[in-house]
Formats: sequence, C-alpha cells, structure tokens
Amino acid sequence: MKTALPPTSGDCVITVRDLTKKYGDLLAVDHVSFCIRRNEIFGFLGPNGAGKTTTVRMLVGLTNITSGEAKIDGLDVIRDYKRVRSIIGVVPDISNLYSELTSLQNLLFSAAMYGVPKKERLSRAESLLKFFGLWEKRNQKFKNLSKGQKRRLTIAAALTHNPRILFLDEPTSGLDVMSRRIVWRRIKELNRSGVTIFLTTHNVYEAFHISDRIGIINKGRIVALGTPGELERKFGAREVVEAAFQPHNPGIEELSRHIQGALDIKLQGDRFKIVASNPMQVIESLVQYARQRGLELSSLNLRGADAEELFLQIIGGLQ
Amino acid sequence: MIGELAKSTYIAWKDFKEYYLKPGSLSWGIIFPFVFALAFMTRRGGLTEWLAPGMISLALFFGSTSMSAMSIVFERRIGSFERLLLFPVGYNTISLGKSLSSFVMGIIASIPVLLLTIIILPQPPVHTLLLLATIIIATFTSSTFGVLISFLVKDPTQVMTVFNIIRFTMMFLSDIIIPVTAMPSYAIPISLALPLTYMTEALRYAYTGTYDILPPGISITISLITGILFLVAAGEVIKKSKP
Repeated sequence: MKTALPPTSGDCVITVRDLTKKYGDLLAVDHVSFCIRRNEIFGFLGPNGAGKTTTVRMLVGLTNITSGEAKIDGLDVIRDYKRVRSIIGVVPDISNLYSELTSLQNLLFSAAMYGVPKKERLSRAESLLKFFGLWEKRNQKFKNLSKGQKRRLTIAAALTHNPRILFLDEPTSGLDVMSRRIVWRRIKELNRSGVTIFLTTHNVYEAFHISDRIGIINKGRIVALGTPGELERKFGAREVVEAAFQPHNPGIEELSRHIQGALDIKLQGDRFKIVASNPMQVIESLVQYARQRGLELSSLNLRGADAEELFLQIIGGLQ
Repeated sequence: MIGELAKSTYIAWKDFKEYYLKPGSLSWGIIFPFVFALAFMTRRGGLTEWLAPGMISLALFFGSTSMSAMSIVFERRIGSFERLLLFPVGYNTISLGKSLSSFVMGIIASIPVLLLTIIILPQPPVHTLLLLATIIIATFTSSTFGVLISFLVKDPTQVMTVFNIIRFTMMFLSDIIIPVTAMPSYAIPISLALPLTYMTEALRYAYTGTYDILPPGISITISLITGILFLVAAGEVIKKSKP
C-alpha cells in the first residue's frame, strides 16, 4: 500500500517518497511519503515503536533504506551522504557527547569534524555556549553537567557548522519544566534565524506547541499530516465531558456500564474525563445515573478535546 | 584528502583525551606488559637479547589493542560512536582516527619496556634506527588489527574477552616466548598466519642482527601490508554495520 506524496510547494527541503524499512519480516516503516518545507518546524509524532526513529535514522544515513528514496535539499541521502551531513545537524535522543571533554572542547571537536575553518571554530563555539546559556560551564567536563545542560550542549554541538536543517530527536525528554521551556525557546529562535527543524517526539503537547506542521506516524505509516489547526479541524470533532460526583465517585467500571455515547472514560484526580462521540448523550446519562443512585453532580464541564486526546483519536487509541 | 587526514587526527585527539586514563587502558595497555617484562627478568636466565624484542612487541600490541578496545567498545555501548557517523567523513577516516589513538597508546606502552631492555641488557640494539622504524610499523599494524577486531565483534561487551583470547594465544604462538623453529610442526602454520609473528621477527633483527624465519625486509613488508589491509577492512566493517 503506497502513501500519496502531498502536493509539493516547490520549496521542499526534505522530500521522502515511499520510504520503507524492513527488519526481516517486520515492516518498521511502510511506504512513507512526505515533504518538509524550508524554514518550517515539522513535528514528527507517534507512539513508541511507530517508526519515527527508524524514519529519521534513514534520513540521516544511520540506517539502510529497504526501498523508496529520500532527498535533503535535492541531495540523495545515500549517494550524497557526505554532502547531506555537512548541511544537516542531528541531535540524537540521548545526550552522548564526550564525558572527559569540557563543554568548549566538545564544541571545538564537533566544529573541526564538520570542517569549520580553524579560525572560526572558537568564535562559533563561544557564541553557541552563550546562546544556550552555558558560557559559565565552558570549562566544565561534560560528565559534570546537569541533565538539562547536557541536552543543551548536545543541541549546540549539532549547530557548530550552521546547518540549514536540524533533526531533533526527543529534545526535551526527561527535562524539568524550566529546562524544557529554555530548549523550546531556543528551537523557535533557531527557526526564526532560518533553520528548518525536524522535531521527532512522542510528547504531543510539545509537537502541537511548537510545530508549524505535524506528521503523525503509527504502525509504520503516516496517518495524519497538517498544521495543528488543520488536524484539530479534521479530527477534533469529539469533545470531552468532565464530571465529579458527591459524596463519592462511583467505580470506573460501574460508570462505564451506564454511560452512553462515550469512547473512553478515565478517572483523573477526583474527576471523570469522558471522551464523547455524543456529548449530549453522555451528559444525559450522567444526570440520569446521579439521580438513580442518589448522587449529586458536583462538577460538570464540556470542552473540546486537547492535543493528547486528539492524538489518541488519530492513532486509533480511542476506538 | 588532507581534510580527511586532519579529521582522523581530531578523532585520535578526542579518543586520547577521553580514554587514555581509563582503568582498562592503563591496566591492560601499560601495566600488564611492563610487569610481564619484569617477571622475565626474575626468572632463570633473565631477560635475554632474544626475549627483549618479544617483550617490546608484546607491549606495543597490548598497548594499542587496549586503546582500540576501550574507545570503540565504550562508544558503541553508550551510542556515542554514531556521533562520528553523523559527521561528513569517510568510513576509512574514522578507522584511521581510531587507529591513530591506538597507535599513540602502543608507542607509549612500548617506551618503558624498551628502556628497561636497554638498561638491563649488556648489548645495545644492533640497528637502532631500524628498531625505531620497526616499532612504528609494528604499532601501526597492531592498532589497525585492534580496530578491526573491535568492530568485528557484534556484542561490544564481549570484545575484551575476545581480545584476551587472541592476545594470550598470540603471546605463545607469535615467536615472543617460544621460537617458531622450536614449535611443533602443526603450530608453525598458525604462527605464520599471525601478524604479530612478523612484527616480532622484524624487531628481533633490529635488536640482535639475527632472525628466526624471515629476513627483516619481508617481515616489515608483510607487517605494513597487513596493517593497511586491516585499516581498509575496518572501514568496510563500519560501513556494513549499519542496520
């Protein structure tokens, strides 16, 4: 089964056509096609094992392609692998710089390996240390940095050669709120300075928060592609009813048996979160259930589905 | 070409800073061959001119292979080896870079043993310049051999075990302790198939002016050719290691 390539704007900086990866009998990526426009932040979203990392690894040349083709800035990722690597920066999902080297030495090494002229390396490294708020840590060994600082330095190391395209794999995974927001801010600033960002994440909020367009992959296939607004309009018709009972909440299984028009029921804190295919039917069932059991509905709220619920709906997690 | 060579030296510099003080590099690369040479001094007959080249050969072999094992195993295990694959460099450049750091470690490991033999033995080496040149070529071959083996072993955690099996086998079959001419006939073809045999032969000629099986020109040529073949093969193994 082939996926149609979306109409190209003529300004695709990454073009992927029928990209496929098989590991023995396992089809990890199944004829994936998409185009990434110059200077956009593209969020590549999917659950664990969906094929996101395999797709990115094929694009950056770390994994062989079974069939199909991928081009970055018009260059074939297999045939022109050296030229492709000189125009992209890649931040893996783990912060794996060299532990015994200082922050500055790590950046100088990276710049040297990317072929940055010797007289420019130091100034490039210093400006990146300042940009990522690591100037004070320039002489500290990588192994002695905090998790957030390691993450920022790993991103900085991928930028020493001023790449036009940056691949980020789970850039904020395991970071606290402060560090996460610093990384997001820097990603947006980089994008504003002309860098195309390919952001791979399983953090739905992150993808919807900072991406211009989002591609969702599930079971090796692209299942949705569009701007966050487009995805919401296309898939976000379902609404969520939040309810709480007094003097006590019933059990979730008990409630599930009596509520009609619900796709998914969860208890979050002291509230039920009910994803509804028919919200009015859900509300009527809740009112009826409370009346029959002698309970009071202490809270009843109807709202649109949030990004996470939308994502679950797209990948079929609510079916 | 010059750019690629420069990148090899950056990889070597990084490896050296990162791994030369790691316990595995120090214990297997520096301490073990030195203690081994000292142990021969205390045995009956002591350290002879015939044994000295073998001790140097052993030191440079252990030194260089320890570094390649440490740097490659460690990076493959924690995933940082893939960083090198993301740079715009050739696979042979990576192979050469890893070999260069191993080379430096091999040279460092051979110096104390070389000095020990010069201090203890009554006769100085017969061909000093040839000895130094042979040490350089032998260390190069040991380094590329170590890099190739480190990439050939699929499970990085098993590399040290594989290395020790190879190293200890070579110690007894490569003309270091037992002369090839004194080996049982079935062991001689195995000995001749091991690169360390030719390194030791060439070092022995440079040190004593005599050789057991092959003239030094042939031994050095074989060492150099196998070293280059190991280097290119390691580059190919890196390329083919992509899933």
